[in-house]
Amino acid sequence: MAADQLSLVFGALADPTRRAILLRLSRGDATVAELAAPFDVSQPAISRHLRVLENAGLISRTRRATARLSHLQAGPLREVTTWLARYQRFWDESHERLDDLLAALQGDTKIDPGRASAAQGEE
Amino acid sequence: MAKTQITAEPGIPQVIIAREFDAPRELVFRAHTDPELLVQWLGPRDCTMTIDYYNARDGGTWRYVSKDSQGNEYGFRGVYHGNPTPDATARTFEFEGMPGHVGLETLTMQERDGRTLVRAVSSFQSLEDRDGMVASGMERGVHDSHERLAELLTTLWAG
Repeated sequence: MAADQLSLVFGALADPTRRAILLRLSRGDATVAELAAPFDVSQPAISRHLRVLENAGLISRTRRATARLSHLQAGPLREVTTWLARYQRFWDESHERLDDLLAALQGDTKIDPGRASAAQGEE
Repeated sequence: MAKTQITAEPGIPQVIIAREFDAPRELVFRAHTDPELLVQWLGPRDCTMTIDYYNARDGGTWRYVSKDSQGNEYGFRGVYHGNPTPDATARTFEFEGMPGHVGLETLTMQERDGRTLVRAVSSFQSLEDRDGMVASGMERGVHDSHERLAELLTTLWAG
């Protein structure tokens, strides 16, 4: 995905209502009325959110009889969440390892008694 | 259990990482500046970290290389500006896969009741730099289902 497209997706995802709409669409296609139901906002307001999501390539819209259905487009979502998931995982794992190290440095043997006593034996 | 909070605001070329540790800040600071300690925790478990050099002092240079399980190597390097302290650490960083796209990282540590809050702000020259460096520097295959994606979204943008 081009960087400007990534920024467009980020912009669309910055709003909590739009993220909730995507979450709902991940369970299946829905009409504007269905999407508006859980929120304290008007259908025109939901329609504006849908236009932003459509513009970012995150959803597509089709007609079923008189109702307009929204459909989640997973591609751009996957790219941006993969981007964040990688970064999140890098730091989550690093910081969990740092937790263990800090505990060991403070003589907390609860974390790994085997390793701690082995280290003491070497000293 | 403390969780690492990552904030990447749309339209702002920054990434902010915040995390609380159950240790006094002098120790947390040492773990960030002493290469012998740093090598023990930096990077995911399935990557091998090699610290080439790490001189945490005014004008001191640093470089490390992270190697993933497929054998891909990612080098990062930079220079410290001013002597690092727990109150303020400033240094440049550059992903060697994108030479010339140098960023600035500031690190602050606050202690309260024996616990330490670490806040790292990485500022990039552009949104493209931010997205490009993070994407290429930490490449790995992540294939999620629709539901997992949506869950991730709610977690990452929580609050």
